[in-house]
Amino acid sequence: MGFQPVKFYQTGTYTVGNRLLSPDQRSVQAGESRSNSINSGHRACQGCGEALGARYAIDAAMAESHGQLIAVNATGCLEVFSTPYPESSWQVPWIHSVFGNAPAVATGIAAAMKVKGKTEVRVVAQGGDGGTTDIGFGCLSGMFERNDDVLYICYDNEAYMNTGVQRSSATPPSARTATTMPVGPEPGNAFGQGKNLPEIAMAHGIPYVATATVADLRDLEYKVRRAMKMHGARYIHIFVPCPLGWGTASNDTIRIARLARESGLFPVFEAEQGEVTSVLKIRRKITVEEYLMPQKRFAHLFGSHPHPEMVARIQDIADRNIRKYGLLDEEAA
Amino acid sequence: MIKPFAITLKPGTSLANLTGTWRTERPVYLDRLPPCNNACPSGENIQGWLYHAESGDYEQAWRLLTEENPFPAVMGRVCYHPCENQCNRGKLDSPVGINSVERFLGDEAIKRGWKFSVPQHSSGRKVLIVGAGPSGLSAAYHLARMGHSVEIQEAGPLAGGMMRFGIPKYRLPRDVLDAEVQRILDLGVRLKLNSKVANIAQSMQDFDAAFLAVGAHIAKRAYIPAGDAAHIIDAVSMLRSMEGKEKPMLGRRVVVYGGGNTAIDVARTARRLGATDSIIVYRRTREKMPAHDFEVEEALQEGVMIKWLSTIRQADEGQLTVEKMRLDDKGMPEPTGEFETMEADSLVLALGQDVDLSLLEGVSNLEVKNGIVQVSDNMMTGYPGLFAGGDMVISERNVTVAAGHGKKAARHIDAFLRGASYEPQSKHELADYGKLNTWYYSDADKTVRPMLDIIRRQTSFDEVQGGLNETNALFEARRCLSCGNCFECDNCYGVCPDNAVIKLGPGKRFKFNYDYCKGCGLCATECPCGAIKMVPEEI
Repeated sequence: MGFQPVKFYQTGTYTVGNRLLSPDQRSVQAGESRSNSINSGHRACQGCGEALGARYAIDAAMAESHGQLIAVNATGCLEVFSTPYPESSWQVPWIHSVFGNAPAVATGIAAAMKVKGKTEVRVVAQGGDGGTTDIGFGCLSGMFERNDDVLYICYDNEAYMNTGVQRSSATPPSARTATTMPVGPEPGNAFGQGKNLPEIAMAHGIPYVATATVADLRDLEYKVRRAMKMHGARYIHIFVPCPLGWGTASNDTIRIARLARESGLFPVFEAEQGEVTSVLKIRRKITVEEYLMPQKRFAHLFGSHPHPEMVARIQDIADRNIRKYGLLDEEAA
Repeated sequence: MIKPFAITLKPGTSLANLTGTWRTERPVYLDRLPPCNNACPSGENIQGWLYHAESGDYEQAWRLLTEENPFPAVMGRVCYHPCENQCNRGKLDSPVGINSVERFLGDEAIKRGWKFSVPQHSSGRKVLIVGAGPSGLSAAYHLARMGHSVEIQEAGPLAGGMMRFGIPKYRLPRDVLDAEVQRILDLGVRLKLNSKVANIAQSMQDFDAAFLAVGAHIAKRAYIPAGDAAHIIDAVSMLRSMEGKEKPMLGRRVVVYGGGNTAIDVARTARRLGATDSIIVYRRTREKMPAHDFEVEEALQEGVMIKWLSTIRQADEGQLTVEKMRLDDKGMPEPTGEFETMEADSLVLALGQDVDLSLLEGVSNLEVKNGIVQVSDNMMTGYPGLFAGGDMVISERNVTVAAGHGKKAARHIDAFLRGASYEPQSKHELADYGKLNTWYYSDADKTVRPMLDIIRRQTSFDEVQGGLNETNALFEARRCLSCGNCFECDNCYGVCPDNAVIKLGPGKRFKFNYDYCKGCGLCATECPCGAIKMVPEEI
C-alpha cells in the first residue's frame, strides 16, 4: 500500500505539520517533543541535507522504539560533523568504530542485546554512500545475508564529501568530482551501472528495502517506522543533497531533492522480500534539465560548450526508472 | 562518571558550539499583506477570517469579518469580489471562493442568531447619519461600537438604500437584508424612517458630527425626442417600484438603454415580470461595457438580448428609432447615419445616477464639483464635523465600496470627536505570488455554487445563486493559501538542519534560535506562504 497521504487539508501531508490534522496523524518532526537526535551546534555546512535526513530518520526510529535505540555510525560527513572530539551532537546512544565496519558493529550490538535479554532495544546503523556502497559494502552484504536484526540507513549524497568531493560508486554519470575527468569528450563521472544499492539489497531477499528523500518527510517517516516494526535486516536509502559537493545554494537542498524525485532520476519505492510493493508517484513531472541545471557539478553539460547528448542519456535513465517502477499515474502518463 | 578509555577531555555537547556566528543572513518572521485583503474595498481581513473558518470556528471567523464589515450575508451575494480577482490561488488553479464562504458565514450568523457585542462604555457624543444605505449603516455600526450615540435619518420608508431599492430580490433576498440591518439597530442605533433631511446645517445642530450618505437616487436623463404616447421610465424608479405593491407595467417588449450593472438588473427584472423580449441597447461593444461580465452572461442565459453599437434617437408609441454606431480609433462610439426601427412597449433609461444635493444648501465652505461633494482624505467636507461618503463622493459606486466608506468615515469621525486625527497603520509589504512556495498546497479546484434552474430564473424572483453547505464551505476555506501570514504548517520547524527554530505551541507560531541558526535559508525557501524573509546581517 505504501504511505497514504491525507487527501485534503489545505496542505494535505506535503508540509511538515498541519494544524488541521488530529495529533495521531501528525509527523514526528512536527512535534514539540521530537527527540532532536542530532542537536544544534553540529558542524555540518549550511543547508546540509544529511544532517536533516539523519534527524528525520533517527527521530522517527526513536519515536517507534520509544527511545530504546542504539545508533552505530560509519565514518563519513555525518560522523565527522556531529562528533568532533570531545563534543557530541547525538542525543541517542551512539557508537563509531571505523569506516567500513558499521554493519558488523551493529550486528554485534544486536547480538549482545539479545544475549542480555533486552529485546526492546533496537539497533540502527547508518553511513554515507561511501561507507555503504564502497568501503562498508562487504560487511553490509554479510549483515543482509545473515538477516541480522539491524536497520541500516544510507544517506546518499553521491560522493565523499568531507574529504573533498571524491567520486564514490554512488556518484551519478557525468557529475563532476575531484577525481573524475574535468575535460574531454565526456567530462565528469563515467556512464555506467554504478552500484544501485537498493536493488542489490533487494537481491538479498531481506524483509524490507526502501528509498526516500529529504523532500518527502511524511513518506520518509512512514518508511522508518514501518522498518522499525519489522525484525531482521532492513535497508533504507535516503537521498540527501549536498550544497557543498553539488554546487547548489544552501536554501535549495529540499528543492533539489524534490526535483530529483519529480524527474524520475531518484525513484522512491519500498520493497518486501525483494519485491517492490509501492512507489511514490511523480506529482508534477519535470525534465532532467530542471534538476541538473541548478547544480554546478553538472555545469559542463550546459553553458557555452554544452553536451546535449549527455543530458539526453541522463534523461534516458530517468525515463527508464519511470517505466521500471511505474512512477507516473496512469492518467498523468 | 567513569571516564571512557583513552579520553583526556571530558565529553561535552555540541551546544557549546554556537554556529550562529557563521551566519551572513538571518531569517525573520513577518506578516505580509495578502492580495485579497489589499483588494477589498471594505478592508476586510479576509485571510484572517478564512484562517478561523479553516478550523471550523465559523463564529470566530464571522466576528473577525464583521470587525470591518457588518454585512457578510449581503456581501456574500452582491459584492463583485475584487479579492477573488487578485487571489494568488488564481495563478495555481482557480481563486478561493471568498465570496461564497463570506455568504456561508453571513447565513450561518443569521441562522444561529449571532449578535454583535454591545459596547461597554459610552462616549456621550452624538452623531447624525443621513441615509440608511450601506455607507450610512456601516458608519452607524462602527460608531456605535466605538461607544458613540448614533441616529440615522432616512428619507425612505425602509432601511437599506440601494441594497433594497436598487438590487433586485433575485440577487439579494430581503429577509437577509432585514436581518443584517436589524443586527446593527440592536446595537442601540436609532433609525428614523420617512424623515428627509431638508437642511443639514439645521439638522446637525443637536449633534457633535454628521455623516452624509444619501446615495445617488436621481436618474440621469438623456434627451430623446419622444411622442406623446411613448412609455419612458427611468431605472431607479422602476427598481424602486419593485419594492412597492404596484409592480411597474412594462409590457411584452421592453427596451433598456444603458450598459451598466443597473441596465442588466432592469432587463433581468423585466424578464421576470413577464416580458417576452427584454432588450438592452448599448452604444458600444461587450468589451467596453461597464457591467460585470458574469452578470452579462447570466442575463444572456435568461434570454435577455443585447443590441450592441446602437443609440436611441427617437421614441414613439410602440416603436423606437435606433442609430447604428461604430467605434473610432480611440474606442469611442460615433454615429454612422444608418437608422432602423425596433418595436418596444416601453423604454427604461439606465444611464447612471446623480446625487440629490438640495439638503446642502446654506452649508458654508462646502465644495461641490460636477454634482459630487468634495471631501478631504479624512472624508470630511469643508464644513467642520460634516463628513460624506458612499455614492455621494467620488468613487466606484457599489455596496462594498460604500460599506468601506462608512468604516473609514466612522474612524475619522471618532478621531474628530476626540479632537485627534486618525492615522491608519502603514500597510505591510504585499505577499505576491512570487513569495509563495506553492508545491506544498494540495490540488483542489474551486467549489461551484449551485444556480437556479433557468426556467425559474425567467419567471420568479427566487435567488439565482445558491449558497455552500458546511462541508463545501469548509473545503473552500481550506483552499486559502494564507499568503504572507503564518498558518503554522511546521515547515520551518521541520526543515531546519540545525534545530534552530523553536515551536511556541498552537496559535503562538515560532521563533528563531539565532545562537545556532547558520542562515542557510531553507526555512524561508520552504515556507509555503512567504512569512519568512532573509535579511543581511550587519557585519
